[in-house]
Amino acid sequence: MTTETLPIRPEDPFLEALQSKDPSSEEAQTWLVPIRQAGIAAYSQNGLPTTAHEDWRFTSLANLREVTFDLSLAPSTLSAMELESLPDPLQGKESIRLVLVDGQLDEGLSSRSLLPQGITLMSMKEAIQSHQTSIKAHLGQYTYGNDSPFAALNSALFCDGVYLHLPAGVELEIPIHIMHVTSDSSQGRVSLARNFFHLEQRASATVLETFCGPNKGAYLTSPTLECRVEDQAKLEHIKIQDESPEAFHMACVYASIDREAHFKSHYLSLGGKLSRNHIRTHLNGEGLCCTLNGLYLAQGHQVMDQHMVVDHAKPHTESHEYFNGILDDQSRGVFHGRIHVRQIAQKTDAKQTNKNLLLSEEAIADTKPQLEIYADDVRCTHGATIGQLDEEAIWYLRSRGIPRATARRMLVHAFAGEIIDRIDHPCIRESLDQLIWDQLEKLPHFHTHTSTDPS
Amino acid sequence: MSSATETIEGFVKSDYKYGFITDIEAESAPPGLNEDTIRFISAKKKEPAFMLEWRLKAYHHWLTMKVPTWPKVAYPPVDFQDIVYYSAPKKAGDGPKSLDEVDPKLLETYEKLGIPLHERAKLAGVAVDAVFDSVSVGTTYKETLAEKGIIFCSMSEAIAEHPELVKRYLGSVVPHTDNFYAALNSAVFSDGSFVYIPKGVRCPMELSTYFRINAAKSGQFERTLIIAEEDSYVSYLEGCTAPMRDENQLHAAVVELVVMDRGEIKYSTVQNWYPGDEDGKGGIYNFVTKRGLCKGQESKISWTQVETGSAVTWKYPSCILQGDRSVGEFYSVALTNNRQQADTGTKMVHMGKDTRSTIVSKGISAGRGQNSYRGLVQVRKSASRARNFSQCDSLLIGDQCGAHTFPYIEVRNTSSSIEHEATTSKIGEDQIFYCNQRGISTQDAVNMIVNGFCKEVFRELPMEFAMEAQKLLGVSLEGSVG
Repeated sequence: MTTETLPIRPEDPFLEALQSKDPSSEEAQTWLVPIRQAGIAAYSQNGLPTTAHEDWRFTSLANLREVTFDLSLAPSTLSAMELESLPDPLQGKESIRLVLVDGQLDEGLSSRSLLPQGITLMSMKEAIQSHQTSIKAHLGQYTYGNDSPFAALNSALFCDGVYLHLPAGVELEIPIHIMHVTSDSSQGRVSLARNFFHLEQRASATVLETFCGPNKGAYLTSPTLECRVEDQAKLEHIKIQDESPEAFHMACVYASIDREAHFKSHYLSLGGKLSRNHIRTHLNGEGLCCTLNGLYLAQGHQVMDQHMVVDHAKPHTESHEYFNGILDDQSRGVFHGRIHVRQIAQKTDAKQTNKNLLLSEEAIADTKPQLEIYADDVRCTHGATIGQLDEEAIWYLRSRGIPRATARRMLVHAFAGEIIDRIDHPCIRESLDQLIWDQLEKLPHFHTHTSTDPS
Repeated sequence: MSSATETIEGFVKSDYKYGFITDIEAESAPPGLNEDTIRFISAKKKEPAFMLEWRLKAYHHWLTMKVPTWPKVAYPPVDFQDIVYYSAPKKAGDGPKSLDEVDPKLLETYEKLGIPLHERAKLAGVAVDAVFDSVSVGTTYKETLAEKGIIFCSMSEAIAEHPELVKRYLGSVVPHTDNFYAALNSAVFSDGSFVYIPKGVRCPMELSTYFRINAAKSGQFERTLIIAEEDSYVSYLEGCTAPMRDENQLHAAVVELVVMDRGEIKYSTVQNWYPGDEDGKGGIYNFVTKRGLCKGQESKISWTQVETGSAVTWKYPSCILQGDRSVGEFYSVALTNNRQQADTGTKMVHMGKDTRSTIVSKGISAGRGQNSYRGLVQVRKSASRARNFSQCDSLLIGDQCGAHTFPYIEVRNTSSSIEHEATTSKIGEDQIFYCNQRGISTQDAVNMIVNGFCKEVFRELPMEFAMEAQKLLGVSLEGSVG
């Protein structure tokens, strides 16, 4: 498939600002200059895509284009009180917490007292200077040449984020919680956190990333995460997106996974006006296992997009993708998943499912589960469903004396529970289970369907 | 395993047996496309003015369009000015009045192709319209059909004799603006088949068309239009072959089906255009637009295709399910071997209430073949309680080939239920071993497994075609298990 270059729309919100940048004179770190330049070049090629681009066919950025973004806004501050009022799934539990306000790390709000020695967990801004040698070889290497315009934007302009490094053999049991908060309600704020997680051989860690915006402004968060999971290392990553109702959340996650490593990533989408997870995993060693697991709950006019490519580049690799969507009101769920099996990747075992549950007549689901296979000795399956609750299952429950509404609730909870159950970390699983339960109960058509139910 | 690979390779290399060239004097337009070419074609065919106008409109629209690049196929750009857009076997005198007057060499060609064109046609109970290069050479069984009010003739004849029907339906399902190749076809189409089944008539026999590209450098642009009125039924078969030539030839056909209330069309294709040689030299570019409109309530369209030929295939037989309770079906076996590429699938557009569609697609890739399934299931808001089931299975033979699946599912209401499933697998060593152990040779085992894999599709084909398809698949695959 050739990607056709389409003309850039004149009203592109970032193009002008980007093209006026000159990284070679503005960037203090010379080694970052090519990364910045590559970002500017990649963005300038297409600008913000339109629905004419195959990868954006179902997701229009028209609403985003209407907002005037101000790239020069300085990050504001958040008081400890304000922070306490924000939902925290790990409240009262042991955790290592980093707080990023408007994309910049706030040391005062963060608490790293439980961080064992030997593990590096710090601000990206600082790491760029102090840990140059360990970051230089990796940063920007896993983004498939900024294959998303938002990754390009991030590469060109990011100034902070989180750098996590675990040396070989170090296992961290306490979860790391990275809170991304967009603080004020001023219009057009852009937060571009750049995160890099590096797990050396046999290391293991659990990282929870939460995104929220307590105020109502129309802002954009566009975090880019790069992960390098070396041989036999294990990373569990959980991302909860609960931005404010007017917000745009365009996240990119890139993971490069080595031999016998485990990468397990969970995506929960709850908030935002328009949100997208752009996920690319590079399966680069034998015997590894990659799981992408996600749940999106949309209502109102929310649009939630999950866009992933799993790149099987070595033989004997295993990948699973499970994405469930519950769509209410006039919301829209979009799923694009591609399993790409290279010719050398024999014995690949890949599985992909996308299930969508429509709770209202106006909800829309678009799904594109794709297989691109160049090796012959593989097992690849995918499946997609869009529909309502199984009437037979409801009937079964009713025949056992359970009222229809309860039966319906049970089935929807089970549908969401399927995804939550895959989270390994017990504390996080429990609190997310509660969180999702509450969210579901709040959905407008959770108890009754919009169309006339037969009973 | 290695011995299996060897047999399979031997198997794969078997020749294309339809590669002969018939030496017939042909009357052609000079290569190239401009308004004059279109006027020439239209004048040659003595078409009424409305047709010329329609062609020119399509041509002007075509000029504004770009060659589509989204299919997952790679081929050098086609030079549209190097193609002969009209090539007809030269007629002696005023042309044949009946089959007996048709050039015997032509009949010989069909003989070689195994088409029961004349007497055999009657025995076989098949009415045949054969399109040679671009012109329909003879339609059998016409009178018998006429008694029932069925019109089965070439498109040129239909334009001359039934202009009102042509005017009403031509371009109504695939407008000239639809896509690049449909626009090109609308401008230059030379002939094709026309079928009209009147109200309440069940066509007593299978209707069949054979297409053949013969002249060098020529493209074939046929246009088929089938109309099934209320409560009617027709089963239509189509087969195609072409000689072996080094250069690539273009085949850009358009097929339109219209079905009224409770009517049914069953459209089967066995496509065996010359696929090019082992290194991918030569072969047909098969860029076809096929679409059926289930206009009436409870109407039904069923597409069955067996695609074994062509260097590059780009084809999506589609159903627009407009009438309430209408049904669309798509059964496909696509085989790519050597350097063949296929990007094929279907579109099911659900508009009416309680519409149902079934998609069963079996892709087989061998050698260096690249096989893609691309399909759209679209459920509009109005299509309450629509139902779709899609199954796309791929079988890989050899480690140089590729199998890809690109389904698109768009749902706009909640009462519909859509399911899509896809699997990719290879012929297991254990399966071959199991067969070997019971005295079945590797080759037979491969054939058995492949036929089993395709069974769901083959059983949708009319009997004679099913046999042919099975044999064709066997020949195309000869020698290819790993």
